[in-house]
Amino acid sequence: MSATPEPYVGPTSSSPVTHHILSVLVENKAGVLARIAGLFARRGFNIYSLAVAPAEGHARFSRITIVVDAETTPLEQIVGQLDKLVNVVAITDLAPRDAVERELLLATVSYESDTRTAVLDAVASAGASIVDVDAGAVTIMLAGTPAACDQFERRLESFASVELHRTGRVALSRLGSQKN
Amino acid sequence: MELTGAQALIKSLEQQGVDVMFGLPGGAILPVYDPLIDSTIRHILVRHEQGAGHMAEGYALATGRPGVAMVTSGPGATNIVTPIANAHMDSTPLVVITGQVASGSIGTDAFQECDITGITSGITKHNFLVSSASELPRIIAAAFHLATTGRPGPVLVDVPKDIAQSKMEWWWPSTIEELDLPGYRPNVAVDEDAVARAAALIASAERPVLYVGGGTLKSRASAELLAFAERTGIPVVTTLMARGAFPDSHPQHLGMPGMHGFYTAVTAMQRSDLLISLGARFDDRVTGRLDGFAPDAKIIHVDIDKAEINKVRRADVALIGDVREMLTALDAATSTPTSLDAWWRQLRAWQEEFPLTYDEPTTDGPLRPQSVIEAIARQAAPGTIVASGVGQHQMWAAQHWKYEEPGTWINSGGAGTMGFGVPAAIGAKVGRPDRTVWTIDGDGCFQMTAQELVTARAEGIPIKVAILNNAYLGMVRQWQEMFYDERYSEVYLSPDLPDYVKWAEAMGCVGLRATSHQDVDRVIAEANSVHDVPVVIDFRTDASEKVFPMVPSGATNDDIVVHPRQRGGNA
Ligand SMILES: Cc1ncc(C[n+]2csc(CCOP(=O)(O)OP(=O)(O)O)c2C)c(N)n1
Ligand SMILES: [Mg+2]
Repeated sequence: MSATPEPYVGPTSSSPVTHHILSVLVENKAGVLARIAGLFARRGFNIYSLAVAPAEGHARFSRITIVVDAETTPLEQIVGQLDKLVNVVAITDLAPRDAVERELLLATVSYESDTRTAVLDAVASAGASIVDVDAGAVTIMLAGTPAACDQFERRLESFASVELHRTGRVALSRLGSQKN
Repeated sequence: MELTGAQALIKSLEQQGVDVMFGLPGGAILPVYDPLIDSTIRHILVRHEQGAGHMAEGYALATGRPGVAMVTSGPGATNIVTPIANAHMDSTPLVVITGQVASGSIGTDAFQECDITGITSGITKHNFLVSSASELPRIIAAAFHLATTGRPGPVLVDVPKDIAQSKMEWWWPSTIEELDLPGYRPNVAVDEDAVARAAALIASAERPVLYVGGGTLKSRASAELLAFAERTGIPVVTTLMARGAFPDSHPQHLGMPGMHGFYTAVTAMQRSDLLISLGARFDDRVTGRLDGFAPDAKIIHVDIDKAEINKVRRADVALIGDVREMLTALDAATSTPTSLDAWWRQLRAWQEEFPLTYDEPTTDGPLRPQSVIEAIARQAAPGTIVASGVGQHQMWAAQHWKYEEPGTWINSGGAGTMGFGVPAAIGAKVGRPDRTVWTIDGDGCFQMTAQELVTARAEGIPIKVAILNNAYLGMVRQWQEMFYDERYSEVYLSPDLPDYVKWAEAMGCVGLRATSHQDVDRVIAEANSVHDVPVVIDFRTDASEKVFPMVPSGATNDDIVVHPRQRGGNA
């Protein structure tokens, strides 16, 4: 699901600290994602990544994790406009230091006999796992912090033919940090 | 009790106390038009769906109650998009019901299918696509609740044809909880701490101004505003959306601010050290170039929509909530500013030097539009409602008529929708049949929606229309004259094509014309003597007349351009 005016471009850990994570609880109704995407598009707010899933086992609500750019638009304005959407139930603003963030990376890497070991080394040292194998190619999964995913992505760049997909972040408040 | 979805929809509207709706039927909405025959609700059959939307807006603005419109799917729905956008910009409560193709056909490009909830998602407060007949009562109740509470606005309900035809067991939600709006919490508690900080700012202000916006009318806060203003002695300006919120005749009223505002209203805001914004949103038409707007002013921003706070101008104190409640809280907390004598001396000097003015009418030349408006006002009964289109005539109507009470000025502010005047006046007259309703219209605007005078005649809605016929898209002509070296590009309309008198007569209205100054009072008197059918007057006005004062686009409010006669190096 792409709601981004700009596509997701590369490393997030090196991206500015003005990135904020909004954890948005929404009613699980038809068209809600379109309403949110439409709001961001028409108000010129930037989305870096967006992840959606049913919330806490509810059929009634979904949780959307949106990484926004709070430099081009003040966060207060983004939150204020988002909050006006009738289907938006609650918004938690997670400053990166107050959040536990994780992302999933899947990559299919082809190898020759001479690069096979290097690929397997990369997998092992990043703590990634192999989830699919074929002659001359493996599909690798890494679940980790955005920084770990960035690092792993850079590492994989040295190999030939890499197909890579990242989910975008999901996040929850760090235990002991203040929710707002 | 078993009902069809269509019956349940009409019954739900009755439950909401709807007495009138504006619309035009078609295939997808046909099932709903059937039970309408047996309903107490009056339906006004328009000639174009845009008319239905603007009539519903006029009704809402004149009465404070939500306007209701109903149209069919596809082109019927897209024809009402402009009024929905207009209502969204001006926070006018509307409930718009659209027919939709049968649920099973949605997504197949069926005949007259269009994704109206998608199209209107950015220009409604919320919209619904109904998925079963049994949820219709809840959705209609929710639509009215959303449209009328918090910051009001338009809500659209899209009803697939099969759902209107299917059966349901009648029920009616008895609590807000049953509306199932877990994400909607319009009410905020008064922040006493913020009230105290606002009170402190007010107490120490030397040049305060009450900047009154449309939200003051929406929250019905006129009485509280009057009490607060009189107790504190603070001067008042009312924006284009707030005309009538504070009496124009009141000595503390400086008039309208903004691009075509009164010199003193504009300049008072510029020189102010404290702006108390009441349901206003620092619109670009009020602020002019933002970085030069009211440079010394602290801001107390009162608004029920918290997204308005700090959107355009940083607030020193934000009071989130209903204007009326906040004014009451402020009034309880505020001590009066120490002395505003010096401020008032300055304001009175500006008023003296730069009153609203225009060139005297000549006996033989074309009419002065401003003097036509004043002539209508002189003969108008107190409480007369004025609607307008968009353009020069709108600005003159906002400037030269004296608005004394809420609901007497009906216009399109945020969107600036040409063609708003005639249908909005019809809606206002339907809502307030006891009042005289005049439309001050432009020749360009009139041509956009005049067909609704057929509706007005057929339905017995006797409005009065004054066309300030300058043969031009005058406002655009003014910009071309002032900023494009008098290079007039596609703005000429002709004074007598169409023949407005004959057109009026063809629509069953009385048509009158005034070409010279001597005709004006007589023709207005004649219009006022007609009570049963609509009247249209073709006033032949001076095409070269311009609206002053004017803050040129992109300039700061310090660069306000006054009437040529007032320019001797002072301005
Ligand atoms: C639907 C629409 N189209 C175009 C415009 C741009 N516009 C603003 S004022 C104006 C001229 C209006 O002409 P008229 O109704 O004759 O009024 P006048 O300015 O001459 O009093 C135009 C074209 C608009 N506001 N709305
Ligand atoms: Mg004109």
